[in-house]
Amino acid sequence: MIKYVVKRLIALIPVIIGVTMLVFFILKSAPGDPVRLILGEQATPEQIAALTEQMGLDQPLLAQYAKYMVGLLQGDLGIAYSTRRPVADEVFSRFPYTLKLSLVATVVSIALAIPLGIIAAVKQNTVIDNVSMFVALIGISMPMFWLALLLMLLFSLKLGWFPVSGAASWSSYVLPAFALGFMNMASTARTTRSSMLETIRQDYIRTARSKGVSNSVVIRKHAFKNALIPTITVCGLQIGSLLGGSVLCETVFAWPGIGRLMVQAISARDVPMVLGCTVIFTICFSIVNLLVDLLYGFVDPRIKSMYS
Amino acid sequence: MQNTTAPAASRSEAVKKYKKTSQFGETMKRMSRNKAAVLGLIILVLLVLMSVFADFIYDYDTVVVKQNMAERLQWPSAAHPLGTDEFGRDLLARIVHGSRTSLLLSFAAVAVSLATGGFLGAIAGYYGKWLDNLIMRLMDIILAMPMTLFAMVIVAALGPSTINLVIALSISQIPTFARVVRGAVLTVKDSEYIEAARAIGQKDLSIIASHVLPNCMAPIIVQTTLRIAATITSTASLSFLGLGVTPPTPEWGGLLSSGRTFIRDSSYLTLFPGIAIMITILSLNLLGDGLRDALDPRLR
Repeated sequence: MIKYVVKRLIALIPVIIGVTMLVFFILKSAPGDPVRLILGEQATPEQIAALTEQMGLDQPLLAQYAKYMVGLLQGDLGIAYSTRRPVADEVFSRFPYTLKLSLVATVVSIALAIPLGIIAAVKQNTVIDNVSMFVALIGISMPMFWLALLLMLLFSLKLGWFPVSGAASWSSYVLPAFALGFMNMASTARTTRSSMLETIRQDYIRTARSKGVSNSVVIRKHAFKNALIPTITVCGLQIGSLLGGSVLCETVFAWPGIGRLMVQAISARDVPMVLGCTVIFTICFSIVNLLVDLLYGFVDPRIKSMYS
Repeated sequence: MQNTTAPAASRSEAVKKYKKTSQFGETMKRMSRNKAAVLGLIILVLLVLMSVFADFIYDYDTVVVKQNMAERLQWPSAAHPLGTDEFGRDLLARIVHGSRTSLLLSFAAVAVSLATGGFLGAIAGYYGKWLDNLIMRLMDIILAMPMTLFAMVIVAALGPSTINLVIALSISQIPTFARVVRGAVLTVKDSEYIEAARAIGQKDLSIIASHVLPNCMAPIIVQTTLRIAATITSTASLSFLGLGVTPPTPEWGGLLSSGRTFIRDSSYLTLFPGIAIMITILSLNLLGDGLRDALDPRLR
């Protein structure tokens, strides 16, 4: 198991190098000279040359990239163009907000999706099944930021139950987390349902029933545990859309996370800031994917035995 | 294909019977039994017609983009069924013309990534070895980033405009198609009919085009339908963030973005463009699910 984790962590290194290199080169190819952007139109050629040298922009791209990576290992993400302060300070002070929101949203989506999926499967082809699958279909088809706007309109502006924006108290979490979570809830519920339907028809379920195990125990202990693998896979796949979605959700609710920071940085053409946000997002994404893979082992002993 | 062990006479009969209904006809027949999928198809056809004939419904220059401050921010009425926006323009007219932008952009982006990703996936799967490794590792790198974020990075580098949006959305989806096509190619690549085609001296590329790809269309068609739905969402999302289609061109995400400012008093500006997006994506999802069930008999 430990050997497998170490192997996967090592395999992560080339991916992170590849991604940062790709993003670095894409963003560095952006038209416009950052030095002129900082100094403005009135700058003298000497000032421009001095700052170019100071920022290391006179060196070849590959050398700039190498320098960036060395800095990254030390937790240094460069200096933001717009604020002239270290990118790392800003990114790391905002990151906990994004992390907390994503975690709450994941909990919301799983807490809604799994019961919904199981009930729909157990009561297949009844009204309950049809209604919950219709809700799930709507959830898949609704753009997340639109749902966020509707929630804001109803619960903050009309009813005044929750704050419109910011992250001041626990009640600020409710709407953004629900909007983010609902999107993932839909596909997780659909997958849980179809995987439960498949499991319920297996022979060992019939065996369990025929030896007199109560229905709820059959569903919880025998069927659900075996149906969990596809659900975990979908939850893992959803992490990407969760991170992408957090950008939108944070923008709608003025959430002080790195998603909103990234949008602001793009508008300000602040390349180091965009790069910093993307690198952090990508590293998170890779680590979460690894965690999801490891989770399989805990759920399914058959997979765990393959690790060793 | 299943009848290889049957006697010759009944086999030729089976072939005749098989030929009567083509694969396409068979799939359509199966899908027509799925009411939800048919509904999705009907809605989609109507939406496409609406976007094609948008110019006949509302004139672009005089109704869709021309400002009319005397009638700004009016709630839905007989003259303006969905109300007017902050520049006094009819919201329904802008949504109708917005369908053109949204659908066209998404179709274009998916077509480009289908062609590029499909080509890469097909040669990766067909040739295998180092080429497969090289292409798929490159795809893994792109997939290591959430799709929306990668599209945002590309737009950030190129600057926000319609064409850059298409580029960003196409590139970020290439890996998805490369994976699907590669997987499909791997399943048919070692079939006997491919070997036979090779034995009669057909060239690799023509084998891929005429024998391999037609036999792995099912997952590709399903994926394409579902990706178009996802792309419409991404287009709207990026425009909503101000990174996509720039005003005054109407686009659903852009309409939501500008309507958001007036959410307190003119909530209809936030409501209707969202409904348009939802109906479109719903129809594509219904159609995609229906196609998947119809094309993959194992799942029935």
